[in-house]
Amino acid sequence: MNYHWNWGIFFQPNPMGTGTYLDLLLSGLELTLETGALAWIIALVTGSVVGVMRTLPSRSASWFGFAYVEFFRNMPLLVQLFLWFFVLPELLPKSAGLWLKQLPNAPFWTAAIGIGFFMSARVAVQLQAGIGSLPRGQKMAATALGLTTVQAYRYVLLPMAFRIILPPLTSEFLNTIKNTAVAITIGLLELTGQARSMQEFSFQVFEAFTAATLLYLLVNAVVVTAMRFLERYVAIPGYITGK
Amino acid sequence: MIEISHVDKWYSPTFQVLTDCTTSVAKGEVVVVCGPSGSGKSTLIKCVNALEPFQKGDISIDGIKVNDPKTDLPKLRSRVGMVFQHFELFPHLKIIDNLCLAQEKVLGRAHDKAMTKGMALLDRVGLKEHAKKFPAQLSGGQQQRVAIARALAMDPIAMLFDEPTSALDPEMISEVLDVMVDLAREGMTMMVVTHEMGFARKVANRVIFMDRGEIVEDALKDDFFGKPRSDRAQKFLSKILSH
Repeated sequence: MNYHWNWGIFFQPNPMGTGTYLDLLLSGLELTLETGALAWIIALVTGSVVGVMRTLPSRSASWFGFAYVEFFRNMPLLVQLFLWFFVLPELLPKSAGLWLKQLPNAPFWTAAIGIGFFMSARVAVQLQAGIGSLPRGQKMAATALGLTTVQAYRYVLLPMAFRIILPPLTSEFLNTIKNTAVAITIGLLELTGQARSMQEFSFQVFEAFTAATLLYLLVNAVVVTAMRFLERYVAIPGYITGK
Repeated sequence: MIEISHVDKWYSPTFQVLTDCTTSVAKGEVVVVCGPSGSGKSTLIKCVNALEPFQKGDISIDGIKVNDPKTDLPKLRSRVGMVFQHFELFPHLKIIDNLCLAQEKVLGRAHDKAMTKGMALLDRVGLKEHAKKFPAQLSGGQQQRVAIARALAMDPIAMLFDEPTSALDPEMISEVLDVMVDLAREGMTMMVVTHEMGFARKVANRVIFMDRGEIVEDALKDDFFGKPRSDRAQKFLSKILSH
């Protein structure tokens, strides 16, 4: 292989005039973090609501939860992003579609919301399993004390269910961050996108993607460590997952 | 205090669990419900505070109909204490917080008032020094005494016990029964599903014997232990009293 290695490339100016190639990658990293954070918040909030709905005695609530989950988890993420980005504006009335297409930062919002919804289906299924794993008597005891359904979930069921599913939720958090790379296909210049532009400008493909790989690893290592601390912080003394 | 009249319950159109159950518990009375497993005694006691729905008949507590859709069920339940076979303490809350939760969220008591009440009740069941521990750090008998204290913290007008000692080791049964005997002697209205015939002998006013979803025998304690009228009750008694 006739490849010219150049690790100093990171400190050479990029052709965009925004500083060095390293700055280019770091700006991509920033966008990755922003997209991932927003997507994760959306996934956690909507996923929790839908997950709770799937455990309610109400038929319509659990049917809605079922339909929601099956819709968002049965389509590839890439297809979903294309749907929101390319197809949805065409389906709307012309003026609304035009407005949507001209929104500033459209790739960012589409990616965050699209990935958020996709991941929320997975959060919902896990939360449903977490709530389902609690003894039936817990809800009964809460109800018998006079707590309303909302209070029973808020003070009794959810605090335990979330503790139980914390380890798999960590994986979903990591998946959310990694899935932001798919947004390159709708033109979001996140970390993978910037690594590609660096490759195209400088032809240093190995350096660019080595750096991107290390940055992804670093971010996810930070998330894993933080979640470990959280797990330890909320552990219940004497309980199986406790100290 | 508790009026149960002609209650029928089906789990499915072909599976009837309760058939024409009629009985009552007067103020200050202690009624023990016994019978073979699967006879519907737990189901009946759960119908009393509407933890289980029933299809026909009426149940009222203190003159308030449980099966009236207009009844404020959380409020009614908050006035009736319930103790479960598997304790059902909330594992993520400290013992004292288990006692305070419903006092504050349902009755709206101030935190320090709830704490004072909770500590007094823990003292009463002999567990004051465990207030800051978590449920999983206590033995089964201790947990069940906490569960009784938690129910008493709501100042209930009646107490329901659903096999409170069935999940306990023999040596822990007496510490729980002692608390219940004291309660009965203080004049608490109690409906107790149990196989502890010693407890029934000591404090019950009446004993109800159930079999296959029916109330077969509803007699004063002395009549029940003296000479039960039905063959089935006689057979049941001879089996559980022979050891």
